[in-house]
Amino acid sequence: MTSVSTSMPEVPSLSPMTRLRDYFLLRPGAARLVICIALVALWEISGHTIMDPDFLSPPSAIIQAIPRVLGNPGVLGALWDTFYELVLAFAISVVLGVLIAIPIGMHKFTLRSALPLVLLLYSIPQVTILPLFVLYFGVGAGSKIAFGVTHGIFPIILNVIAGLQTLEAALLTAAHSMGANRRQIFRRVVLPHLTPSLFAGLRLAMSGTLLGVLLAELYVSAGGIGYYTKLFSESFDPSATFTLVGALALMAVFLNEVVRRAEKRASFWRTQQQ
Amino acid sequence: MTKPGGFNWVALIVRVGFVLGVLAVWDYVTQNDIVSPIFLPPIRLVAVKFVQIIQSSTLYANLWVTVVEVISAFAIASTVGLTLGYLIGRSRYATTVLEPLIAGLFAIPVIIFLPIFILFFGIDIPSKIAFGATYAFFPIVLNTIGAVANVDQRLVTVARAMGANEQQLFRRVLFPAALPVIVTGLRMGAIVAFLSILASEQIAGLRGLGTRIVRLGEGMNMAEMFAYIVFVIIIAGLLNVSLTRLQRHFTPVEARQ
Repeated sequence: MTSVSTSMPEVPSLSPMTRLRDYFLLRPGAARLVICIALVALWEISGHTIMDPDFLSPPSAIIQAIPRVLGNPGVLGALWDTFYELVLAFAISVVLGVLIAIPIGMHKFTLRSALPLVLLLYSIPQVTILPLFVLYFGVGAGSKIAFGVTHGIFPIILNVIAGLQTLEAALLTAAHSMGANRRQIFRRVVLPHLTPSLFAGLRLAMSGTLLGVLLAELYVSAGGIGYYTKLFSESFDPSATFTLVGALALMAVFLNEVVRRAEKRASFWRTQQQ
Repeated sequence: MTKPGGFNWVALIVRVGFVLGVLAVWDYVTQNDIVSPIFLPPIRLVAVKFVQIIQSSTLYANLWVTVVEVISAFAIASTVGLTLGYLIGRSRYATTVLEPLIAGLFAIPVIIFLPIFILFFGIDIPSKIAFGATYAFFPIVLNTIGAVANVDQRLVTVARAMGANEQQLFRRVLFPAALPVIVTGLRMGAIVAFLSILASEQIAGLRGLGTRIVRLGEGMNMAEMFAYIVFVIIIAGLLNVSLTRLQRHFTPVEARQ
């Protein structure tokens, strides 16, 4: 009985390097984390050695600056205003976009005549007319929301129209023959069918809205984010700039994530169609 | 909608009609003083200004600045993007680890980081090049990774079985198979570089088309500003059309719609 354990062949012991390599080969997430930590460490080290502290703050200095920057009621107010503008611009894009897209997409005639117009307007590079938005809507929230809507609305319109095109006529006929009226057909057949393409549009609309609102925010230097970025860079306060940029990045990640989760939830019951 | 290969006449008529209608309304409201010329300059004045600016050296000096910025940014973004994209896409492990990292980073609007670019590279041309290059880098690298990683593995296996070495594999199999998707990334990168550089010139800059538009607006030279905007829209349209043509050229016939 005792001889069994001794006669077992010895497992060749792996070198620590090989084991480390295997660990990361099996866990890409861990490797990603290590890369991120390494980059931050590199940033910290270069901030203390080769980089001019007037231009690049190491992460530790930025963390120390957070209470000072966010404690400034003006900065906090500007961030909140931006958040409201983003949410409002997104909401307006979605509602207006759906209201515009449904009449266009439901009929062959409107589709053929109005879709080219939508595409024509979509092809204008909006950044060229950013100064006009400020001229027409002022330096306040209006111009930023309006500019965000011009970026956010097109993905909604185009996705909803595309979704309507895949609506099977048989479904409409079936609903009709079962005695559904127009409103019921819309609510029970058209809207559920639109959900996946609408939510795919929502994700694109969110990135569009973020781009539009933040562009306008940075462009207008009379107040809001644009004022503070200008102030911080002119007073050589890179920690404050990084804090502000970091807060905006978190805002963007948060909003993108909300839309992504909503999309997952809303279309769980049907397979993604592309 | 349209028959394949057929020409959508309705689309053309609607578009031309819409543009003419907008121009007519614009002319009417400005000629009859319904809208203040400070908000909307008379279209006839804009037309006169447009003819003037395309004969002026100011336009070409600013155009030259923007063109140099866009070309430099695109050159940097495509060199780095194609190299990194190829190296990452070749290894399945690197793709699994790095692709989500790059895609996740791209979900944050790069425009947020513009203040940092200005902090590092100053307000003049270098910050525009760096910003445009960063923005254009993402579509190029992501498309290249996708293109190289998704090359049909059977093709690679067959080529290896027939004795292709690494260089032959790249030249004869990987490169041609990945080219259409890579070209899509390059086209997106070029357009993104142009638009982001215009935007950054508007937000903070000393020269270039974007800065020129903003300066004219600040000086209330509305007609000339509109003329510049029209010029930039035409340039953007030409860029878009020519790049789409170029891309079609690289797309295999069977993949065309």
